[in-house]
Amino acid sequence: MRIKQPAVAGTLESSDCMVTVEPVERGSGISLEIDSVVIHQYGEAIRKTVLETLDRLDIADGYIRVNDKGALDCTIKARVECAAYRSNGQRSQLPWGGVIQ
Amino acid sequence: MLNAVGREIPDEILEQTGKEPFQGNHYKDGVPFTKSGPTIIPVMNNEHSKLVKDLHEALVKCGAHDGMTISFHHHFRDGDLVVCMVMEEIHRMGLKNITICASSLGKAHNALVPMIEDGTITNIESSGVRGNIGKAISEGKLQGLAVMRSHGGRVRAIVTGETHVDIAFIGAPTCDDYGNCRGVGGKTDCGVLSYSYVDGNHADKCVAITDCLVPYPNYPPHISQTKIDYVCVVDAIGDPSKIATGAAKPTTDQRKLLMAEYCTQVVANTPYFKDGFSYQTGVGGASIASTISLTKIMEERGIKMGFGVGGLTKPMCDLLDNGLVRVLLDTQDFDLDAIKNVKNPNHHRISAGAYANPLNKGAFVNKLDYVILASLEVDIHFNCNVVVGSDGYITGAQGGHPDTAQGAKCTIVICPLLQGRIPAICTDVTTVTTPGESIDVVVTDYGVAVNPKRQDLLEALQKADCVPLKTIEELRDIAYSIVGEPQPVQFADRVVGIIEARDGTIMDVVRQVKPFAFKEN
Repeated sequence: MRIKQPAVAGTLESSDCMVTVEPVERGSGISLEIDSVVIHQYGEAIRKTVLETLDRLDIADGYIRVNDKGALDCTIKARVECAAYRSNGQRSQLPWGGVIQ
Repeated sequence: MLNAVGREIPDEILEQTGKEPFQGNHYKDGVPFTKSGPTIIPVMNNEHSKLVKDLHEALVKCGAHDGMTISFHHHFRDGDLVVCMVMEEIHRMGLKNITICASSLGKAHNALVPMIEDGTITNIESSGVRGNIGKAISEGKLQGLAVMRSHGGRVRAIVTGETHVDIAFIGAPTCDDYGNCRGVGGKTDCGVLSYSYVDGNHADKCVAITDCLVPYPNYPPHISQTKIDYVCVVDAIGDPSKIATGAAKPTTDQRKLLMAEYCTQVVANTPYFKDGFSYQTGVGGASIASTISLTKIMEERGIKMGFGVGGLTKPMCDLLDNGLVRVLLDTQDFDLDAIKNVKNPNHHRISAGAYANPLNKGAFVNKLDYVILASLEVDIHFNCNVVVGSDGYITGAQGGHPDTAQGAKCTIVICPLLQGRIPAICTDVTTVTTPGESIDVVVTDYGVAVNPKRQDLLEALQKADCVPLKTIEELRDIAYSIVGEPQPVQFADRVVGIIEARDGTIMDVVRQVKPFAFKEN
């Protein structure tokens, strides 16, 4: 999958995170920015979750910004997936049980 | 050197402060010492006036100088105007290297930050620091060390002379022209002046600052004329709307109510719960709900409390009004009902020293059966952290936490398992403020853990089968299974503050914060 247009998922409520994705030139790789209220404790964990999710979605290029308010891994994963599909304009026929686990 | 709670206390800090690492709760028990006394200037001339026209005159007459130590109380809490008013005058006079010894500092004192940055204030001794001062200290802006002490520890430091107060400033809701101060009446009624007793007894100079001068004698005084050098009348010493609020509404948060129920069951099923028992609780939603549900069980079983102590709130005062507690011993009033209730003849003011000083001949906390406390973090060694936030910033205060935890026969800490993503039950707290040896029971929304050294309490609760019992490690594992295992906060090397144990040894150090950095790929 590719990031085709800018898209956002999530909120800035407590225990949620807002994920923004933007397209970049093909081949320029993933550029990830993380801002979190629990950056010291879970910065590495958040990065790992985001990169694993992108990898599963087969996204190789994109600018991704995560503004985290203490979301659990499952929430972060869901917000990244949602933003990625929104950037493709896909709102139905989502691959539940496939790349969305 | 590793101390008794396993914290590394750097040698240079031990050298710099002349302090020892924490050796355990009873290290100073029975060890004699000599009290330190102030140098005072007697007043014999009956024409002497103590009234000064402003703070500037008070400071000049008291011999204010570079490097002096000045002290304050925090009975006006977030409504306090006294600290900033005095410091602004000191700043104008260009004095430097000031040590502030306050019973606590909070967001009312954000205006001190520029004075920390320009070297007017170089040392801070306080129960803790909230707001921008905590941020400034954590970012390394204070030249000296911040010393965080419990309420009892502050009294101990002043009484032993470890901290010698040059000038104490006592905000007094009412005062007469000869210095008799009372915590009641006037525009800024705070009920009691408990934290200032030790300042009155041990500071070289004492200045009463009031916004309500009353006819002589203002009697009975809480701080006597015999302790006061000067009286300064100002427009306002506090903002009444921020000193005390109306009583907190009983919580409807199901998680807090669940923890309150567990806590009540722990109290009601442990051996100290019998007629005449003693009790202290805090101002958190779960603590207040627990006091209310405990009241029902006391009525059912015909059990009355002997005394309640500490910072007081409406639910504790209701116990007194309803004849369910014999006396209340008051060090601080958190709501307007508690301030009003001081008029009850069985509601007594006590000093912070009588309450909690570990080096007197026996403080009230030693006679506590139960204390209900909160904590930001509790670790599997039962150590608690109430001062440093999980982001590494100094954000709270010790208050009476270590004092009451050590004193009480059954110390219960109420703590939700998770605060957002942060597990409150963890392997190692960020900073130790109260040692695990003081903590007996930890109540969370996922179950109750008893300190293994208290097999007696564990057996009583197993027999009663009243709460879901877990080990502290099980609670931590549940927390980590939900949120993942946290990494420790990344600190810089410089020590910016020390957490003093009650007896003056070092419990832990607080280091400067630094921005988070990801590991290399």
